[in-house]
Amino acid sequence: MEIPLSCYLVLSGILFVCGVLGFLIKRNIITIFMSIELMLNGVNLSFVAFAAQWHALSGQVFVFFVMVVAAAEAAVGLAIIIAVYRTRETLNVDRVNLLKL
Amino acid sequence: MFHLILFLFFGAICVAGAVNLLVQSHPINSALSLIAVMASLAAEYLLLGAEFVAAVQVIVYAGAVMVLFVITIMLLNAGAEERTKGSRVAILIGVPGVTIGGVLVAWTLLYRSNTRAVPIGALKGDPSDIARLLFHQFLLPFEVTSVLILIAIMGAVVLASRPEAVARGPRKDG
Repeated sequence: MEIPLSCYLVLSGILFVCGVLGFLIKRNIITIFMSIELMLNGVNLSFVAFAAQWHALSGQVFVFFVMVVAAAEAAVGLAIIIAVYRTRETLNVDRVNLLKL
Repeated sequence: MFHLILFLFFGAICVAGAVNLLVQSHPINSALSLIAVMASLAAEYLLLGAEFVAAVQVIVYAGAVMVLFVITIMLLNAGAEERTKGSRVAILIGVPGVTIGGVLVAWTLLYRSNTRAVPIGALKGDPSDIARLLFHQFLLPFEVTSVLILIAIMGAVVLASRPEAVARGPRKDG
């Protein structure tokens, strides 16, 4: 039993669209950050699916690099969130509308 | 047939978790549903034969990154998000736009693409093969990411520490 590549791509597209929707409608800065991670995961799935179709292992290496960069980004992003919370006392992005303190 | 059932099962968990992330108002619930999404994505990677990527997905994403998220949520004592005005426009324009785009992409992929079927375990994603590729062809990017991680660690420490501690500099004990 074989599964068409399109199914994997549609699943990856659904995950990406959910991430975009969360980025648009969520107000909590941490949840917005999690939506970005969801988008990265959706892209990773399409990377692995294409790697399986074209028998190219470099697709999986790319997923590895995406994960490394996402981990670094999560560490820095969450540190920025902590710094913002320390000065603004809020996590709502509508209340964080000035770069200046 | 078994393959299809597994794909549909874990795909349904993925989609349910992603939708749950959207509808929950408390960030800790969103984080837990994101962990469910990542764990079932690891199962999808296993179905595609990417064993190494599945293991790294569980260890790095569902493990390390999500622990970081949960710790931040607990540290900042984040409660349920408050509803503010201004997001109405985003919902009114964004939801139909994203829905139309998603349906268009899905239709194109399902009916207008000449992609072949992916057999189970089509590609052996053994750690040894990945390592051979990583340390020969992709050696330079691999080393550059180590520098990136180092810079990210320093940036996170500087950003998350208190501003007066950074301004004062290292303590000089006599």
